[in-house]
Amino acid sequence: MNALPTRKAEEWRYSDLEAVASVWPLPAPMHIDVAAGEVAHHHLLQDAADGAAAVHEYVITIADGARCDFHVLNIGGKLGRVTFAVTLGRGSHFELNGAIIGGGDQVLEIVTSVTHAEADATSGQTIRSILGQRATGSYLGSINVARHAQRTDAFQSIKAMLLDRTATANAKPELEIYADDVKCAHGATVGELDKAALFYMASRGMDPATAKTLLLKAFVAGVFDDVADESVKDALEAAAIAKLETLV
Amino acid sequence: MLTISDLTNEIDGKAILKGLSLSINAGEIHAIMGPNGAGKSTLAYTLGGRPGYDVTGGGATLDGVNLFTLEPHERAAAGLFLGFQYPVEIPGVSNLQFLRESLNSQKRARGEKELNGGEFIRLAKEKAALLGLDMEMLKRPVNVGFSGGEKKRAEMVQMGILDPKLAILDETDSGLDIDALKIVGAGINAIMRKPEKAVLLITHYQRLLDYVKPDFVHVLAAGRIVKSGGPDLALELEREGYAEVVAA
Ligand SMILES: Nc1ncnc2c1ncn2[C@@H]1O[C@H](COP(=O)(O)OP(=O)(O)OP(=O)(O)O)[C@@H](O)[C@H]1O
Ligand SMILES: [Mg+2]
Repeated sequence: MNALPTRKAEEWRYSDLEAVASVWPLPAPMHIDVAAGEVAHHHLLQDAADGAAAVHEYVITIADGARCDFHVLNIGGKLGRVTFAVTLGRGSHFELNGAIIGGGDQVLEIVTSVTHAEADATSGQTIRSILGQRATGSYLGSINVARHAQRTDAFQSIKAMLLDRTATANAKPELEIYADDVKCAHGATVGELDKAALFYMASRGMDPATAKTLLLKAFVAGVFDDVADESVKDALEAAAIAKLETLV
Repeated sequence: MLTISDLTNEIDGKAILKGLSLSINAGEIHAIMGPNGAGKSTLAYTLGGRPGYDVTGGGATLDGVNLFTLEPHERAAAGLFLGFQYPVEIPGVSNLQFLRESLNSQKRARGEKELNGGEFIRLAKEKAALLGLDMEMLKRPVNVGFSGGEKKRAEMVQMGILDPKLAILDETDSGLDIDALKIVGAGINAIMRKPEKAVLLITHYQRLLDYVKPDFVHVLAAGRIVKSGGPDLALELEREGYAEVVAA
């Protein structure tokens, strides 16, 4: 735990290790325990100052029949890294909705390891990334299903949008399944702004910055739809829009 | 209003328009007919500034302004409207959002006052009613899930709201049923048949011209206007086909 990570470790492969060194050793992770039958809502707006390195680590344990909803917006710092190590009890649910929006030389990462330790648990992860200039955005997500965790249902929906040729998106969903009655769905796509749509918008008089902003808003729309607290939702949406407006 | 002189262009290095000249005065309606692949849509896209449609010679002016020095959105602000043969779908962006941003972008570019929400909705309602389009349709994403005919009707609502000086309508009649054709024809007349405006209709059939009566009809073949005449030319073409009429 005290040795600096190297690129050989899968979960550090795309990171900015120099930036990591500047904050090493990392503080102890944040623990979230959701008791049986409870419903918990959490969020993180990672908006560290330019040039800063921010690493947020969460260890989440969700007891039987409980549910945890996490919303994350990862937009700040030279390195912004948010990790989740989640363990699901019987019949519990974990839902992660996140957006990564980066420009400049930012390295922004969401790393998840979701363990379905007991039967009948469900998990969903939806991540949308928008990357401009020389930014790198990564999603590394492993789903681990224990041998007796039958009727597990897990999905990962990962989509990235590159605004410049020089930006990079990494998406690595991984499954490790030891049970046989399991539904796991994952999809990962990387695309760019639809040129036909941009010309259609321009042909109606829309200036390019407004047109791009509208398309990008549509791309991340939905990520923060079910944030329970309205003021949190507004803050996350406003920060996302302000960030993407700096990229168009 | 529109003067096109000896226009040549290329798509992917392939010459499509080969010295096309055409003049349209304010208050006039012109129709262009011509065989498939002649370059009709190419002419519309080239005037609109679609990326990839490279002008290699000649010129085009709108009220004396060289269109080819303007970006596509600036051409719209200068008064040009393109009705698309295949309107583009934009998931996640509602028609109302799309049109309000477009109209206000144009107004900003012209130094005019932008419309507020209430003013815009009133305008949108009026134009939707003119074209017999349900306002609910305008709340949906641009063209997504619209039938062929609905897309064409929605485009005419767009034209009504944006109120251009010159409309180039590329097969606006295709996909319309008999009643819709009548409504769209009447809509075009209501919006565009004015002394200070002009229309260029691209069509394959006389049926639209029964409602929107052209002052001039041109035949475009192999990248050039090869014949021009009055409204009777369209009837003659329909009777005898291009080969006969163009050879004569
Ligand atoms: N993106 C493209 N790449 C290569 N060739 C193209 C492209 N777009 C158009 N063309 C070619 O340009 C020529 C003119 O096409 P255009 O769409 O302008 O024809 P049109 O007169 O509108 O025909 P239609 O009546 O079928 O709509 C055709 O030969 C077409 O194949
Ligand atoms: Mg065409």
